[in-house]
Amino acid sequence: MQEFDDDIAKLKAALKGAPTADGPAKQAAFIVAEENFKALQERGELTRPKETPASRPTFLKGLKSMFAPISMKPLLLTTSSLVVIGVGVVLVQPNLQPDLGKASEQLVETVATDGIGETSDVPTSRLLDEELIVVIPSDDPVSADDIKEDGADQDIIDGQLIIVEAITEEPLQFSAPQSTAHRNAMKQARAGSVSGLAAGSPEIAILPAPTPADVIQQPGASSDRFTNEAPNPLKIAAEEPVSTFSTDVDTASYTWVRRSLQNGQLPDPAAVRIEEMVNYFPYAYAAPEGNAPFATTVSVSETPWNSDTQLVHIGIQGEMPAVEDRPPLNLVFLIDTSGSMNSPDKLPLLIQSFRLMLSELRPEDQVAIVAYAGSSGLVLEPTSASETAKINAALTNLSAGGSTAGAAGLQQAYQVAEQMSEEGEIGRVILATDGDFNVGQSSDEQLKTLIEAKRDSGTYLSVLGFGRGNLNDSLMQTLAQNGNGQAAYIDTLSEARKVLVDQLTGVLFPIAGDVKVQVEFNPAQIAEYRLIGYETRALKREDFNNDKVDAGDIGAGHTVTALYEVTPVGSPAVLNDPLRYGAAAASSDSDELGFLRLRYKEPGADQSQLIETVISPAALSTSTEAKFASAIAGFAQLLRGSNYLGDWNYSDAIALASDAKGDDRFGYRAEAITLMRLAESLAKSR
Amino acid sequence: MRMKTSDEALALAAANGDSEAFGLLIRRHYDRIYRMGWRLCGTQADAEDLAHDVMAALPAKLRNFRGDAKFTTWLYRVVMNAGTDRARKNQRRLKAREGWGEDYKMRAAADAEAAESYDWLHRAMSSLPEELRETVALTLGEDMTQKEAAEVMGLSEGTIAWRMSEVKKHLRALAEKEAM
Repeated sequence: MQEFDDDIAKLKAALKGAPTADGPAKQAAFIVAEENFKALQERGELTRPKETPASRPTFLKGLKSMFAPISMKPLLLTTSSLVVIGVGVVLVQPNLQPDLGKASEQLVETVATDGIGETSDVPTSRLLDEELIVVIPSDDPVSADDIKEDGADQDIIDGQLIIVEAITEEPLQFSAPQSTAHRNAMKQARAGSVSGLAAGSPEIAILPAPTPADVIQQPGASSDRFTNEAPNPLKIAAEEPVSTFSTDVDTASYTWVRRSLQNGQLPDPAAVRIEEMVNYFPYAYAAPEGNAPFATTVSVSETPWNSDTQLVHIGIQGEMPAVEDRPPLNLVFLIDTSGSMNSPDKLPLLIQSFRLMLSELRPEDQVAIVAYAGSSGLVLEPTSASETAKINAALTNLSAGGSTAGAAGLQQAYQVAEQMSEEGEIGRVILATDGDFNVGQSSDEQLKTLIEAKRDSGTYLSVLGFGRGNLNDSLMQTLAQNGNGQAAYIDTLSEARKVLVDQLTGVLFPIAGDVKVQVEFNPAQIAEYRLIGYETRALKREDFNNDKVDAGDIGAGHTVTALYEVTPVGSPAVLNDPLRYGAAAASSDSDELGFLRLRYKEPGADQSQLIETVISPAALSTSTEAKFASAIAGFAQLLRGSNYLGDWNYSDAIALASDAKGDDRFGYRAEAITLMRLAESLAKSR
Repeated sequence: MRMKTSDEALALAAANGDSEAFGLLIRRHYDRIYRMGWRLCGTQADAEDLAHDVMAALPAKLRNFRGDAKFTTWLYRVVMNAGTDRARKNQRRLKAREGWGEDYKMRAAADAEAAESYDWLHRAMSSLPEELRETVALTLGEDMTQKEAAEVMGLSEGTIAWRMSEVKKHLRALAEKEAM
């Protein structure tokens, strides 16, 4: 016997030689624990997460049909042939016996809930008061020996339920994985950050946008596609004094950039569209007076990144008609239910987003739902927005599967929208997708033609992008730009709230169409200029006066901001030398810097109207709004890797933005500063 | 002053939303979780991942802590379940995964004796089935009495005693094999 004891002693000594915990892993674990703790407190009881791993729903579903028709007594008998496994250990607690009755009740409760069809096929999180009970038919039977081995406990196990503590629930978030083993879990964890929103919960919880360092994403192949152009080059005012572009009120790029940074990755430079980042933020510009649908504010300020140039800041503020006066809306939700939407940050988030929006609609508004995947179909016929139960039921029944027949879905949605529209009413299709139009009429160009035709017949199109990894940003842009609508990217429920609730009126109610901006610089004052952003929105000079050429729309209350960096004549920052054989220097007595022309159409009108404003060389402005816009423009250029910024860096952007935070009632600007900090650290760690 | 507060009081406070208590609690117990993780899995990387999993899940788990058991007993149970969970997942991925991972960092220890000792430990732990590994991790690794280990594992003391005799059998078999 002595030698056995030695073995035990030896084993004990060897086990005592456990390595000490490593600093970074430990810190990462503390961070994730505290983040999760905080998140849990913020979400409160309601959304206590019981994430169900991907493999489980099928089991549960199988069980549902198995248990639904039978009563309590056979249920208990049946369980003797089942082994319960969490993904965790089969844990038999000595004190199990008294709890058994309770456990059975819970199970029944679960079954009952399932039976009345409250659950949907989307992965949902279960919000039970007690532990998650997972009953899995034994396909890997625990052998009788295993059970006997537990000796005295056999009577407890035998023929009874075993309750497994649900340690296997996916943790809320992971960070800093130390090994590849974490990657899959991370994907689920990321998904988990929105899983609490899945169908079935009676109240809506707004999740905080994920905080930095939640997840460090491993760089990997991604099939996200972006549309972007090379940054606008510097132009010489004497050679090309006129710059023309279409307005843009999209915000998708900012949301995308935010998500990237929060996942611990610098965004793909192609994903950064500067004007969309600048236009993400509401600015307090002067409101329009009289009948004009919008007012323009022009100011000139010093360029943060170059003291020898100036920034011309053009702010357009759309009027905010009394919300009560808006005409009824006819909305067709066109929902992508293709297989690729089957992830908690896609379909479930989408459904929840639409629910948020429903609460903002009025009884006279009408809603219809068309789903597309493989074949498209009308899920909900046009219904008054007041029939929330009916609409909710239709949303709940959506489930993902199949491939995408985008074009067919779009055609059907337009058809429905046309049926719904009466004279004087606005019809709009709201397409929600991860951008994967891969079946049927699928080239961007063909879809564009379809959308243009429908736009002219009076139905607009807005696009909401969801998810990551498959997003076809380029298609989203094409669709929305040609459909007189906005493209927004929705990554969290709070973003959904911003786009669909806070800005509902703007998104759905255009006040001016085909808004074009043309700036003519005075070569006597301005040597060189550069439009910051709007690369994908450039227009030809002659198209400005051509009412047939489409441009962006402005919705109620929208603001549009554009920035030019201009180099005054004689400034040391002029980059181009004068031509030896060129035309004589422009001579003009005017001290104006330039002339701003705006064209727009009243909704539904064919003829455009013109607004003209002089850009006068007033004293340099120090307005907070212009300052903040320039901080964001600078930040976006850093992300794009612009070479016009010199030594100006992220910390300068942070300082500038912090100085110009203003009221920041919704915290958008504070969030931007956080993102700048994050980008700064990520850029350093490269 | 809370440095002296009992684990149980901290855990209950944390379960009620006291973030300071939660912070103290995890700092007090991380090393324990990590070491237990290493004893269950065998490699530092796995131990780190396991500790990470446990820490991430702990806020939600804590809500189930009722204070009727010692906090450490409860915590060991949580860690053990998480370990089994990881092992299962790994098994699903790699069909023929060894039960107790090999820590190359430790094998390559500069100290030959330590390296040798680790080698033997790896062989010994690998020779044990999972439930026996868990049992030795608790009794030998964490210095628990059979009664305490029984409480953590939800088994009777008799079962633990029986398992320990099984461990001895396995070790003897290993010694015989190695002596040959």
